[in-house]
Amino acid sequence: MAKILVFIDQYKGEAGMASWEALLAGKMLADKLGGGLSAVIVGSGVEALANTAFHYGAEEVFLADDVSLADYRAEAYALGLAKATEAADPEVVLFPTTTRGRELAAMLAIDTDSGVLVDATEMDVEDGAVVATRPIYAGKVIAKVKCEAKPQIITLRARAFGKPEADESLSGNITKLDGLMAEADIATKVLDTEMVEGGVSLTDANVIVSGGRGVSNNAGLEVPGDITDEKEIEIWKATQGFGLIQELADVLDAAVGASRAAVDANYISYAHQVGQTGKTVAPDLYIACGISGAIQHMAGMRSSKVLVAINKDGDAPVFKEARYGVVGDLFDVLPAITAEFKKQLGK
Amino acid sequence: MKIVVCVKQVPDSAAAIVVEDGKVNWGDAPIVINPWDEYAVEAALQLTEKYGGDVVALSMGGDKAKEALKHALAMGCSEAILINDPELAEMDASGAAKVLAAGIQKVGDVEMAIFGKQAIDNDTGVTPAMTARVLGWPMISLISAVENIADGSIKAKRFMEEGNQIFESKLPAVASIVKDYSDPRYPSFMGIRKASRAEIPNLTAGDLGISKPENKVKWFGVDNPPVRDITNEKIEGETPEEIAANLVSKIMEEKVL
Ligand SMILES: Cc1cc2nc3c(=O)[nH]c(=O)nc-3n(C[C@H](O)[C@H](O)[C@H](O)COP(=O)(O)OP(=O)(O)OC[C@H]3O[C@@H](n4cnc5c(N)ncnc54)[C@H](O)[C@@H]3O)c2cc1C
Ligand SMILES: Nc1ncnc2c1ncn2[C@@H]1O[C@H](COP(=O)(O)O)[C@@H](O)[C@H]1O
Repeated sequence: MAKILVFIDQYKGEAGMASWEALLAGKMLADKLGGGLSAVIVGSGVEALANTAFHYGAEEVFLADDVSLADYRAEAYALGLAKATEAADPEVVLFPTTTRGRELAAMLAIDTDSGVLVDATEMDVEDGAVVATRPIYAGKVIAKVKCEAKPQIITLRARAFGKPEADESLSGNITKLDGLMAEADIATKVLDTEMVEGGVSLTDANVIVSGGRGVSNNAGLEVPGDITDEKEIEIWKATQGFGLIQELADVLDAAVGASRAAVDANYISYAHQVGQTGKTVAPDLYIACGISGAIQHMAGMRSSKVLVAINKDGDAPVFKEARYGVVGDLFDVLPAITAEFKKQLGK
Repeated sequence: MKIVVCVKQVPDSAAAIVVEDGKVNWGDAPIVINPWDEYAVEAALQLTEKYGGDVVALSMGGDKAKEALKHALAMGCSEAILINDPELAEMDASGAAKVLAAGIQKVGDVEMAIFGKQAIDNDTGVTPAMTARVLGWPMISLISAVENIADGSIKAKRFMEEGNQIFESKLPAVASIVKDYSDPRYPSFMGIRKASRAEIPNLTAGDLGISKPENKVKWFGVDNPPVRDITNEKIEGETPEEIAANLVSKIMEEKVL
């Protein structure tokens, strides 16, 4: 039996859609290879999540549940994962391509003397083995790769393998793992965590509204008198611009993205950066506002289904790849678009 | 404190890359140090400036990889080592990690091995964690700031999707660096002169006392991405409201919401 094991990437008891997508992709492989579908959950107090994994198709859950796993620490998690892999003896181990997923897949590859196929966008089965398609050079090239060791370790790009649907009537078996790391043996201690503001995750988002350097460019804005420093004025203007972007994002249940220029100028945090050195995203709708469309930005959002560009400059390169282009000032157009969506969506 | 910083040579991020005759071709685009690795070099330099010690830049690759090492030297690294052995060509990430781990051990007495987040050519981002695992060292990934290093331990801040983690870890450790750490410095005139004169030793697998690691990942070939056929359509209107109404109707017709 060619068993498929899927790593569920949880944080404080919650897992993102990418993990459930990995289960859906795992189900597809299990059907083709004729094996079962299992999941592994590593954390503290995460047993409730096993039920969600069953609802998304796992028949069996390996649970590494211990107080020492409350905070993410790579070595402790890697051992939990290695124990699950030993117990399940899978042919294939799948991960969502999240930061933790990527890191743990790498560690498991060394632990099992295997390799890893990172950020696959497609999987096929040939002679009982998985052939994965993965973009390289920021999506400028597509490579076909195979992992020639057991287990085949593969991380999956978010939103590339379909929309999973939960079936609450499903259930399964839980196998608890022991032999986890003792606190004293873990070389790292977490002292504190600073959570960032919530909101929709970029990689999971169906719609993204992004802002670039253009969000600070509004000569007509009246700046409060107590702001006199030039950089502060620029940031204040950018905050107004991103405010308009946020309002549209709220109406569309969208995530907010940004260009590197906007991040480098401190308009918004790095977590929002889309592009070659930021996040790779593939929403159904991407609205780029005040973004010129540099190759490094396009690299991160090229596979968006519908691209809309709003830019003052009709010659901006972003228009070449945009399905719909609006040549205009984002400060004029965005509020009108937000109002129109509200009307048409009945919000 | 001795720090090894691992740097890779990659085609410029703006290169127009195409597949021709089954091979990746980046034309005459310049080959540069991997942009993420510049942050790694910067972090290593700042740490030794504060806590004393030396930075050794390490790369595995062909002769061209010397340029990445020269950039690292020009930024201020004190030494550079190239693992250059035709035997070790076309290696997958797990193989690269095994070779880099052997290189780090060869340097000896290393307290930190610092990596970039990801190489922008193959986009895997797994080599740092793999190397940590091979060495049996803790992996402290995506570091954005170091608060303190003392008594064989580091206190630092790392990036997570949900926020930041402030943690303490024992050294030696493998770290990777994100761009919030600090902008990489430009090489100084003196640095460039020094780098251009530097002799960079070439190490082979034999020098490291290893044989070629077995590749686990098999490549079946590369291709150009499917051409997207996009019809560009400019949305017009007399007023912002008219433009908005036209645009929103078009988007609604796409059935993506
Ligand atoms: C190694 C490397 C990695 C990189 N990685 C990334 C990455 O991951 N992501 C990324 O985004 N970039 C990346 N870049 C940077 C990239 O090359 C560009 O510099 C960046 O994307 C430009 O951002 P921008 O479009 O916001 O700014 P600009 O290029 O300055 O464009 C601003 C645009 O806003 C328009 N505008 C101005 N005012 C208004 C207004 N009021 N209304 C409407 N439009 C307006 C202008 O016409 C202009 O087109 C990278 C670069 C390098 C070298
Ligand atoms: N051949 C190499 N030589 C030196 N460092 C490397 C090499 N390959 C990868 N690295 C390091 O590992 C990081 C991640 O690379 P990758 O896993 O290939 O995306 C890079 O940013 C480098 O710091």
